[in-house]
Amino acid sequence: MRVSLFITCYNDTLFPETGKAVVRVLERLGHTVDFPAGQTCCGQMHWNTGYQDEAMPLLQRFVDQFRDSEAVVSPSTSCIAMMKDHYPLMAERLKDEKLKAEVAELLPRVWEFSQFLTQKLGLEDVGAYYPHRVTYHASCHGLRSLHLGDGPQRLLRAVRGIDLVEIENLEQCCGFGGTFAIKNAEVSSAMLSEKIRGVLNTRAEAVTGCDNSCLMHIGGGLHRERTGVRPVHLAEILASEEGDGL
Amino acid sequence: MSGQALDPTTAPKFQVAAKALMGDSQLRKNVRHATNVIQAKRARVVQEMPDWQELRESGKQIRQHTMRHLDFYLEMFERNCTAAGGVVHWARNAEEARQIVVGLVKASGANGVSPTEVIKIKSMTTEEIQLNKALEAAGIHAYETDLAELIIQLGHDQPSHIVVPALHKNRSQIREIFKREMKLPGVDFSELGGTPQDLADAARKFLREKFLRVQTAVSGANFLVAETGGVCIVESEGNGRMCLTLPETLISVAGIDKVVPTFQDLEVLLQLLPRSATGERMNPYNSIWTGVDKAPSGGDGPRAFHVVLMDNARTEILADEESRQTLHCIRCGACQNACPVYQQTGGHAYGSVYAGPIGAILTPQLMEMHHAQSLPYASSLCGACYEVCPVKINIPEVLIHLRNKVVKQQSSGFNILANPEVMALKAVAKVFQSEAVFRVSQKMGRLAELPLSRKDGQGVGWIGWLPGMLGGWTQVRDLRVMPKQTFREWFEERAKTAPGRRSGDKAGEGGKNGH
Amino acid sequence: MGTELAAGTAREEVLRRIRVAIADTPAMDAAAVRSEWESLPRDYKRTASLDREAILELLEDRLRDYDATVVRVKAGEVSAEIARMLTERGKRKLVVPEGLPEALGEALPDGFEFGVDHGLTNADLDGFDGVVTASTVAIAETGTIVLQRVPGQGRRAPTLAPDYHLCVVRTADVVETVPEAMARLEPTASLATTFVSGPSATADIEMTRIKGVHGPRFLDVILSA
Repeated sequence: MRVSLFITCYNDTLFPETGKAVVRVLERLGHTVDFPAGQTCCGQMHWNTGYQDEAMPLLQRFVDQFRDSEAVVSPSTSCIAMMKDHYPLMAERLKDEKLKAEVAELLPRVWEFSQFLTQKLGLEDVGAYYPHRVTYHASCHGLRSLHLGDGPQRLLRAVRGIDLVEIENLEQCCGFGGTFAIKNAEVSSAMLSEKIRGVLNTRAEAVTGCDNSCLMHIGGGLHRERTGVRPVHLAEILASEEGDGL
Repeated sequence: MSGQALDPTTAPKFQVAAKALMGDSQLRKNVRHATNVIQAKRARVVQEMPDWQELRESGKQIRQHTMRHLDFYLEMFERNCTAAGGVVHWARNAEEARQIVVGLVKASGANGVSPTEVIKIKSMTTEEIQLNKALEAAGIHAYETDLAELIIQLGHDQPSHIVVPALHKNRSQIREIFKREMKLPGVDFSELGGTPQDLADAARKFLREKFLRVQTAVSGANFLVAETGGVCIVESEGNGRMCLTLPETLISVAGIDKVVPTFQDLEVLLQLLPRSATGERMNPYNSIWTGVDKAPSGGDGPRAFHVVLMDNARTEILADEESRQTLHCIRCGACQNACPVYQQTGGHAYGSVYAGPIGAILTPQLMEMHHAQSLPYASSLCGACYEVCPVKINIPEVLIHLRNKVVKQQSSGFNILANPEVMALKAVAKVFQSEAVFRVSQKMGRLAELPLSRKDGQGVGWIGWLPGMLGGWTQVRDLRVMPKQTFREWFEERAKTAPGRRSGDKAGEGGKNGH
Repeated sequence: MGTELAAGTAREEVLRRIRVAIADTPAMDAAAVRSEWESLPRDYKRTASLDREAILELLEDRLRDYDATVVRVKAGEVSAEIARMLTERGKRKLVVPEGLPEALGEALPDGFEFGVDHGLTNADLDGFDGVVTASTVAIAETGTIVLQRVPGQGRRAPTLAPDYHLCVVRTADVVETVPEAMARLEPTASLATTFVSGPSATADIEMTRIKGVHGPRFLDVILSA
């Protein structure tokens, strides 16, 4: 399959490793990856913070970039949830029938990365090797908007060498919430503390998930406290192979 | 927090209130304990219901249908309640509702003398309109008879949770309050025991005397049944039944959103509410009565029954199609128990009698968006509330909708200049509309953060401090610096060095939107 | 409290605001609204799935969860059981609603003082050890007993003021689910109705569940065929 990668604005800038990992996994599985270079942002930050007018043009942009793609994959649950939950509504609001139709036609071909593997490709074992103790954090978007279920955990369990341990507060929000992390920093920190406590109780080396926004927040706290526990996106675990020396 | 009414028009911003309250260790422990207990109970009784999702769907549909025909059902209720001997009053706003109730209480006295006391059942609606204060001003003391409300009242405090209003108090605090404030002729409360049972027994004694003596009661209403003109009160302690049955005059204050079409509809709501609110299959007592008992003597319940139907900005909410679902709320409090933000702060942080997720959407709208603008942002949009709402109110969607309203207010005219966030986000939006500008800003960001970066043991740069608004991040988190190469730069480079690998989109390098 | 005109004005204003607010709903007459209501989805459980015996056992189970004593008797044995229970509890002076013996189909037992409630005052009610009533319907799933303002069940105050309630439930009046109970209550929906599901309770103090704040702290049930 020819897969178009939607890297997302923040992964592009801050976590290119995750994008590289997605490419590596997909190519290992025999697919080709292209990257529509005009892509920027899905508009979530603006839409969720109350700047809906500012988010609107980004819908058209996304459709323009990806309308001809066979499949669109993104390693970000929040961005994909933004599209699935809001793009149809946004097109409706713009009263643009053509755009509405294009959105309806495109969205079924748009996937969050782990969902693409488990649901579209029907896979669990993607040939990964990652001999570390890892715990998984379920992002709210992945859990409640995309209904990933235990898909990510199944992918992780199939990784050779992995020691996967479940976190006690799996479904509890980590406290990132986009601009919430800054506008309500106090409460965000308190929620982060709880999540970190959950991570530390697993004695894992690394905490993983399907969304770098959560991981950036959790990882930032883990680093501030010098816990030695590192965040690693699910894609990077799946990309890891024997001989990588990781 | 004491004395000051929870008033959204004067309450501090959520961020400010939360910060102060989060320093209260007992509050946080109590809130965590209470929310965990109720959540666990709720989960148990919901799991045993194979038709829980179907009940939720019906609950949502019934409420939606009701709002679509709200005038029809209110008029039906009025007709049927009146035919049964009740008197229905209408109030446009809180002030009018207060005036009506005070007037009715005054008129309820024997021999034309105004009573100086009334007994009350817990009612969020009466707290919303600050009724007790208005009654005091008219020389009428309202005794709260719900145990938690009694604790709040005697302690000169404010409720912090819809269903368990005094959860922020522990038993020793409650004992102190009772010892200090409970006064009953012939009874000595100074030797009060300290267990919850002792405290409840003291409350029983204190209140029983009032139930048997005070002739006028004020209540809210859980549901108004249009088809029969009946009113339903859902409760646990029995104080509701006392107030609804023993006095001569009963005055019930209800928001216009409390009406349900038929008696049968209660079969859905009476399953959803107790399981969601207190994690019980059914709460101890539900009372449904219609008008008054017209027996000439020795009748059942009050001789005079009044319902005050109050708008108080509910019609504004009704008019907004996207947030109309706010009115579907049946006041179960499940959203509060599920909310990870509420769990950290408790209810007072929301500066309103309606706290937690429902408070975050209801309060600003009751204020017609003139106040409580920080509340729609008091959420990480995790969606746990939506998952547990028995009538499927999509609270995250309404929060986003209200944020949009707040931003529009703050962006209008010259306000925009005073608001750095608005300026910043509008600027960022422009950046996203051009790939070339986006790439430039990535490079600029990398440069800008250089002075803030410090390398760790592995040579990775981290930022421990960010200026201004962004400082909120670095309060407790580090931020890893931007890598030297963005993903798209890597992908393009890879395409150049490996023939056969494609980098750009169909329109070639840079894309048709690359400008 | 204001003139008739002012009262009318508020009513008209609120209704006007509502109509403006829901202008997106197409205008409908009463029949159309009723029709829309009738087509609302109701895919939740509305009928029993257990057999009769299982339903009765479920009710007993739920009542015992509330610390109620439940005893099953055959028809004609109710009065004797009432006597036995009252003796065991040490209750001598009981208030009863009008028409109780007729509702039970048996005379009340001797040896106790039964005060019939022809309109007792609150002060009078305070002087009784307990109350005995029949019931309209019981819901097994939730352990609920429903009383209405009918002969044998009576006014609401007498089942509220005393500390002890002895309630007779006929097995034929026991249903499994809440919807079934509402269907049985619908013909008499405008009578004063009380759902009792265990003794009064509160969890307001440190989330510790305490029984019996107001209302009867003790509940006994005779389940009679």
